[in-house]
Amino acid sequence: MQRKRSTFLFSVMCFGMAFLYIPILLLIVYSFNYSKLVPVWGGFSVRWYGVLFESEAVWAALMLSLKIAVMNATFATMFGTLAGLALVRFGRFRGRLLFSGMISAPLVMPEVITGLSLLLLFITLNQLIGWPSERGITTITIAHITFSMAYVAVIIQARLAGTDQSLEDAASDLGAKPFRVMTDITLPILAPGMVAGWLLAFTLSLDDLVIASFVSGPGANTLPMLIYSRVRLGLRPDINALATIMILTIGICVVIAGWLMLRKQRQRDQDMQLAAIETLDREF
Amino acid sequence: MGPLQRGGVTKMNTRVFSYINAWITKLQSRWQTIVIAIPFYWLLLFFLAPFAIVLKISLAESIIAIPPFTPLINFAEGGVLTIRILFDNFIFLMEDDFYVKTYLNSIKISGISTLLCLLLGYPMAYGIVRASPATKNILLMMVILPFWTSFLLRVYAWMGLLADRGTINNLLIWLGMIDEPIRMLYSEFAVYIGIVYSYVPFMILPLYANMEKLDTALHEAAADLGANPITTFLTVTLPLTIPGIIAGSLLVFIPAAGEFVIPDLLGGGNVLMIGRVLYNEFNSNHDWPVASAVAIVLLLVLVLPMMVYQYYQSRKTED
Amino acid sequence: MSQDIKNDENLWEVPNAVPLIKVQGVTKRFGSFTAVDNVDLNIYKGELFSLLGGSGCGKTTLLRMLAGFETPTSGTITIDGVDMTDVPPYERPINMMFQSYALFPHMTVESNVAYGLKRDGVEKSEIARRVDEMLAMVELSSFMKRKPHQLSGGQRQRVALARALIKRPKVLLLDEPLGALDKRLRTQTQFELMNIQDKLGVTFVVVTHDQEEAMTLSTRIAVMDEGSFVQIGTPTEIYEFPETRYVAKFIGSANMFNGRVTQDGADHIEISVNDLDTKFYIDHGASVRLNAEIWIAVRPEKIIISKTPPEKPGPNQLKGTIHDIGYLGNMSTYRVEMSNGMIVDVTAPNQTRYRSAKHDLDWDDQVYLSWAPSSAVVLQK
Ligand SMILES: Nc1ncnc2c1ncn2[C@@H]1O[C@H](COP(=O)(O)OP(=O)(O)OP(=O)(O)O)[C@@H](O)[C@H]1O
Ligand SMILES: [Mg+2]
Repeated sequence: MQRKRSTFLFSVMCFGMAFLYIPILLLIVYSFNYSKLVPVWGGFSVRWYGVLFESEAVWAALMLSLKIAVMNATFATMFGTLAGLALVRFGRFRGRLLFSGMISAPLVMPEVITGLSLLLLFITLNQLIGWPSERGITTITIAHITFSMAYVAVIIQARLAGTDQSLEDAASDLGAKPFRVMTDITLPILAPGMVAGWLLAFTLSLDDLVIASFVSGPGANTLPMLIYSRVRLGLRPDINALATIMILTIGICVVIAGWLMLRKQRQRDQDMQLAAIETLDREF
Repeated sequence: MGPLQRGGVTKMNTRVFSYINAWITKLQSRWQTIVIAIPFYWLLLFFLAPFAIVLKISLAESIIAIPPFTPLINFAEGGVLTIRILFDNFIFLMEDDFYVKTYLNSIKISGISTLLCLLLGYPMAYGIVRASPATKNILLMMVILPFWTSFLLRVYAWMGLLADRGTINNLLIWLGMIDEPIRMLYSEFAVYIGIVYSYVPFMILPLYANMEKLDTALHEAAADLGANPITTFLTVTLPLTIPGIIAGSLLVFIPAAGEFVIPDLLGGGNVLMIGRVLYNEFNSNHDWPVASAVAIVLLLVLVLPMMVYQYYQSRKTED
Repeated sequence: MSQDIKNDENLWEVPNAVPLIKVQGVTKRFGSFTAVDNVDLNIYKGELFSLLGGSGCGKTTLLRMLAGFETPTSGTITIDGVDMTDVPPYERPINMMFQSYALFPHMTVESNVAYGLKRDGVEKSEIARRVDEMLAMVELSSFMKRKPHQLSGGQRQRVALARALIKRPKVLLLDEPLGALDKRLRTQTQFELMNIQDKLGVTFVVVTHDQEEAMTLSTRIAVMDEGSFVQIGTPTEIYEFPETRYVAKFIGSANMFNGRVTQDGADHIEISVNDLDTKFYIDHGASVRLNAEIWIAVRPEKIIISKTPPEKPGPNQLKGTIHDIGYLGNMSTYRVEMSNGMIVDVTAPNQTRYRSAKHDLDWDDQVYLSWAPSSAVVLQK
């Protein structure tokens, strides 16, 4: 019985992973296809990478997207960390319900709604105070910060909830004022979460099509917008090449980061085990 | 400050220092307020306020201008007339078969997709929890990895698989199972695949977090008391993972209902989903008031599931 | 201290008695680590058998193999004559009370207790009757509708006990059942456990850290160390005749002396202790060789402490000064330092009021220690 159930789990797992990864693998394989028709194999070639690198539009879109992503990640990490701190460590305060609602709603809010509402806000603001005078990099960044900070806040909340409040209590017991407790204890605890949050906000921004298309103005084309305008008419081998580069870059970064984190955790587990064995030995 | 004074600092300077010092002390004592205020007002301005504007514009009349809607000030004139104009856009939505059908279809598609995600994601989450620690970390990483890679490109990948002359059709023809390509791209089927593919990690992760917390002794206790594995699953595991099921389902259902990219790229013009209609209404037809009304109605449809999600989210952080 | 079995017969002493649980050559390895090492054990019907030992010595692992949650790497387990190798936990005539209680958090007390009977398809009215009866026995009738998180630690523990007992298993396994209780509740529950056992005739196998608990509850105790049994016996045997230094130290406290056998008679032996100019005389034979190095244990309460020297010098006598006194209320522990620096612990009842004029033992007093020839025990290793 036990064994039968685990074969079931095993096959579902294999199917699920195949489902998740085969499309990506095929995407990569076809980027090395000579043929212009994506699904028809015409021999190995890196021709489409050449086409890609020669395109000025792609470079411009990439640079714009990277700029937005970096700014977004930085601000979203700051705001999201503050929000996460407030929600986990400050107990009850006035407006907490509204606050936590505004933090978790962007996670599930359909992008079309967020995009539309932000655009209408920018237009109204422009009518009222003349800002923002034109839509583009600033408006996209603001829009991205708004939904990315929610993700950062969730990461920070999880990290804070997982650590013992007693560390902070101990610090204040030893005479640290609340502000010092935050800088000495809380922020170092949060550092890994903030790094993860920054990276997530960065990729979320690099990934966003819908909201950016709403709040962008003429001339400001982000990379996803460029990709979208090309693929909506069908398969394009140069997009396969672009996809391969993006997926491999991010994939390798994530795998390395994950591996480093794993190694660190394993090291810590080992140290703890050693320490436990030593104490036991001393007792007996 | 001690050493500075000894170095012969003027009285004036000391005063400035003590002001700054007082200010820093005050800042420190207020730091909690500041910590809350910055993200709070940001979200108030850029997240909540826009909804008020959407609501306002959904009540306006469409005109050909830039921006293409009547300004708010006109509302104040003539009460009766205004009210008729006010709900025009909503009445238009309700009366037009097209919109009603699109809403229902969106809910149907995202509902079925959520179910499919659950059917695939639940056993996967369970398998990850049951795996040995080393395997567990690898599997988790594999589930999380797609989060980091471009959503748009992953949807695009399915275009290559599902197209008439795409990989799957080529494979089937080569195997001799079919003679003519099957139409898969630009159909509802493709949209289901796309949603399940894109959103299944959102189902797996909350379920995993939920199951990971369950004490394995509970399963053993059930077995000890005579429950076979299936009964144990039905009486212990399943009831205790309901919070994870709900959280995962809402994380899939709500955004999927308003999805734009998937129906647009994989469904083409053949699949009616409200996100795509809204986008087109806005960007192609330039009917902003109707687009706003569509958004408001979608929000009303989704507000209940969002509140349920919010409730579970807040309960989780309180634990 | 040991408790009498109903039929006034200690089955483990009866030749050819059939054990209820028969563990034969059972080993359990996790990777390269051996948690349980080639263990043999017979447990008889109606016993309250305790497993005692330091942390990580394999008690829980052994229990989990009996319950069926771990498969032995080698060896067999037979319960009531049936080989359990291929029997899954949910078909074994055994129930377990978990170290963490493992109460189902989404069910009421009533549903928790009824769970096992429902799985057996017992009739509804019958379930209700037995749940009522069981909850009455553990005095939780008024808590039926509560969820586990609304109960105190002691109440939870009683729910876990009721849930494990309701199926009237042949064997009940308890993993540190009283670990979470305070001393008073613990003593009370110990007696409750013994009552329940008397009433239902269930065989108990109990894991515990607490040697006092093991002494009070058990018919027999097995002392474990590093995956194997060091000694199995009744509480009296274990306490009065520990076979090894580990057992002597683990159960109660003992003064350990290292010496050389100088006389080896059929009914007595004499030992000269290293560094102390005294001879130990033991009035029972032991399987030792002349001139062999051996260990002897003397329990602190068997030693008589006095300020007046013994009438005539002889064996089993020591002289020293009081180094420290531990006042325990009803008695005191004196730490007496010998001429060679060795410390000997002695306990004595406080028959006179402590530190009153009549109570004459004080710090730095010179004292004489002595004990009866039957009091010392020869240890194997
Ligand atoms: N699943 C497992 N995988 C690997 N090692 C295990 C496993 N379960 C137990 N062990 C190891 O086996 C040894 C015995 O464990 P066990 O739980 O039986 O100890 P115990 O006697 O019950 O200790 P305690 O009194 O602390 O409960 C320990 O060293 C433990 O680390
Ligand atoms: Mg244990």
